[in-house]
Amino acid sequence: MTAAITAADPMVPRVARVLRRRRNGPQVFTLDVEPEDPAPAFAPGQFSMLTAFGVGEAPISASGDPAEPGRLVYTIRAVGPVSSALTRLGPGDLLGLRGPFGMGWPMVEAPGRDVVIVAGGLGLAPLRPALYRLLAERARYGKIVLLYGARGPADILFRNEIESWRRRLDIDIAVTVDHAPPDWRGHVGVVTRLIARADFDPLHAVALVCGPEVMMRFAIAGLGEAGLADDAIYLSMERNMKCAVVFCGHCQFGTVFVCRDGPVFRYDRVRSLLAVKEI
Amino acid sequence: MSPTDSTQHAVVTPEGLQALFEALKRRNYRVIGPILRDGAIIFDDIASVGDLPKGWTDEQDGGHYRLHRRDDGALFGYAVGPHSWKKFLLPATQRLWSAERTEHGVAITPEPRPSERFAFIGVRACDLNAIAIQDRVLIGGAQADLRYQSRRQGAFIVALNCGVAGGTCFCASMHTGPKASGGYDLVLTELVDDGEHRFVVGVGSEGGGTVLAELPHRSAASEEVAAAEAVVAHTLANMGRAMYSDDVHDLLLRNLDHPRWDEVAARCLTCGNCTLVCPTCFCTTVEESSDLDGSRTARSQRWDSCFTMDFSYIHGGSVRATARSRYRQWMTHKLATWWDQFGTTGCVGCGRCITWCPVGIDITEEVAAIRGSEPS
Ligand SMILES: Cc1cc2nc3c(=O)[nH]c(=O)nc-3n(C[C@H](O)[C@H](O)[C@H](O)COP(=O)(O)OP(=O)(O)OC[C@H]3O[C@@H](n4cnc5c(N)ncnc54)[C@H](O)[C@@H]3O)c2cc1C
Ligand code: SF4
Ligand code: SF4
Repeated sequence: MTAAITAADPMVPRVARVLRRRRNGPQVFTLDVEPEDPAPAFAPGQFSMLTAFGVGEAPISASGDPAEPGRLVYTIRAVGPVSSALTRLGPGDLLGLRGPFGMGWPMVEAPGRDVVIVAGGLGLAPLRPALYRLLAERARYGKIVLLYGARGPADILFRNEIESWRRRLDIDIAVTVDHAPPDWRGHVGVVTRLIARADFDPLHAVALVCGPEVMMRFAIAGLGEAGLADDAIYLSMERNMKCAVVFCGHCQFGTVFVCRDGPVFRYDRVRSLLAVKEI
Repeated sequence: MSPTDSTQHAVVTPEGLQALFEALKRRNYRVIGPILRDGAIIFDDIASVGDLPKGWTDEQDGGHYRLHRRDDGALFGYAVGPHSWKKFLLPATQRLWSAERTEHGVAITPEPRPSERFAFIGVRACDLNAIAIQDRVLIGGAQADLRYQSRRQGAFIVALNCGVAGGTCFCASMHTGPKASGGYDLVLTELVDDGEHRFVVGVGSEGGGTVLAELPHRSAASEEVAAAEAVVAHTLANMGRAMYSDDVHDLLLRNLDHPRWDEVAARCLTCGNCTLVCPTCFCTTVEESSDLDGSRTARSQRWDSCFTMDFSYIHGGSVRATARSRYRQWMTHKLATWWDQFGTTGCVGCGRCITWCPVGIDITEEVAAIRGSEPS
């Protein structure tokens, strides 16, 4: 089979090699991978379909720097067969890669405005490429606020990086944990509680939200109370996904497909869907 | 061109139909048509006109299908059975690719694009519409399902204007039948009532015209064209069911919390039969296989159903955990959200889901029930 046919078939992965594996917390690992033939650039918020050969495929968001070509970074929590197999891969191991897919964060709408990022748990991973982009083009944005909630201190992702961002004076960062050991001196409680204290101009801001669905619902409510309009809030949805190219039907979310129309949605466009249970 | 708007309709006899099958086989088509097997009329390979279910008809109702003898020798005197053409265009299982570990890494071999060319005999208007709908979904978007595309582009379609309406048919109210309005190479209307058994043939493509020219045929008399038209009119007047569909998109989407969903959920077994028999249902899942030492692995695709719990599973549980939400997903997808997603209905009114539902749940009745009891 020629490479041309491989490239044209959207269901056939390309082969990629793991360059590096780092542990980020319990069951969470970040893989740097390099495709054998160059992968198309990705936009912050897009995802790929990663194959653990012989086990299966899973949608995983790009978590690396979109400005760094040739290297793709994925942060994966081992929760089941595929994600566990992926997190067991080490340098030199091969995996399958399709994508990138989907609509990402509204990087073109954000310039000139304040940007509020609300992340829960692993939700920080798909937001990290957006943060890299914001900080690389810092002058184009107003205030940048990162509100991040993790289960406990050991679950905080990208800790060194968060600490180095904190040393910059041009980004406000608040981190909270649900359960704190006695030596924790930071915030305790759900991340949505940080919204009310955050300093941004709700009339000139966009919010990017990613985390478990319940957390996103509370975050949206909190952002609304803070004065943000529904069309200034973006969220990244998770649904079961088997193809990522609108063939398999699994990621339907009412009127939309998460793989094609999302995973990042402007809240006002999915508000009525989010209001319906089990849709 | 259909039998009435063409000046060039032809007439062929059952022998002419046999010549059609032979002409298609000479062109290396795999000829597929209706046959009677295990008490139902299904689609499979046919060698000759003798394989068609001559003199049979079907009785269909909610959860009910039975064959009877007709008192004539009609070759197509029945409605659709449990099979649809998606069985051939989008097979129930197919391999996508395999991968082999080599000294240098992993070599991925995509499954070759299928080279088989199908000739479908007796594709009814509802099913022509269903094929057009699957075309939109699988090859009409940004990415194309290449296997579907190969099979689809290679297919030769002999359509059939329906001579009988099945008990569960409602194509008329979906504006999809019973008369074929395009998307075929040739279209047949069977005339069996007035003594001479024959077919009025219309041409829908250049390829269709070339094949017709090779068959023993004559031009149709104007009475024969009128008789063909009368056959369709009779079918239209005898539709087994009806569903007012013009407002159904908005109706369902504003009633997602209607108590009727609980009522239907109490009857639904979530068996997924309706999704298997539906000619537009396209959902699939993938499966991995590997040999014992893991040096060769492969991925296959197979039909899936939104009635399973796994379908919507994400870590922590299924999004649609209740039967209520799964039936609602299926029905609202068919009739409402399909429009938002693909700009077309997802239901063509073929009635298969009604007939083959073990408990006789009827999509037309469910719509009527919601329409009749909208909370104000
Ligand atoms: C757009 C998107 C981006 C994502 N990004 C990340 C990320 O960056 N990091 C991360 O760790 N996780 C991410 N996920 C979730 C991740 O895809 C699932 O955790 C993973 O598919 C689970 O599969 P599993 O076999 O390991 O585990 P299980 O949850 O045990 O899976 C059991 C079965 O359910 C199926 N399944 C479960 N969840 C999904 C799913 N979402 N899609 C398809 N099949 C599923 C699996 O195929 C499997 O057969 C993302 C999901 C989506 C939709
Ligand atoms: S939903 Fe039922 S009636 Fe409509 S196309 Fe599918 S099987 Fe036929
Ligand atoms: S509607 Fe009928 S066929 Fe469909 S899942 Fe329910 S019981 Fe099965």
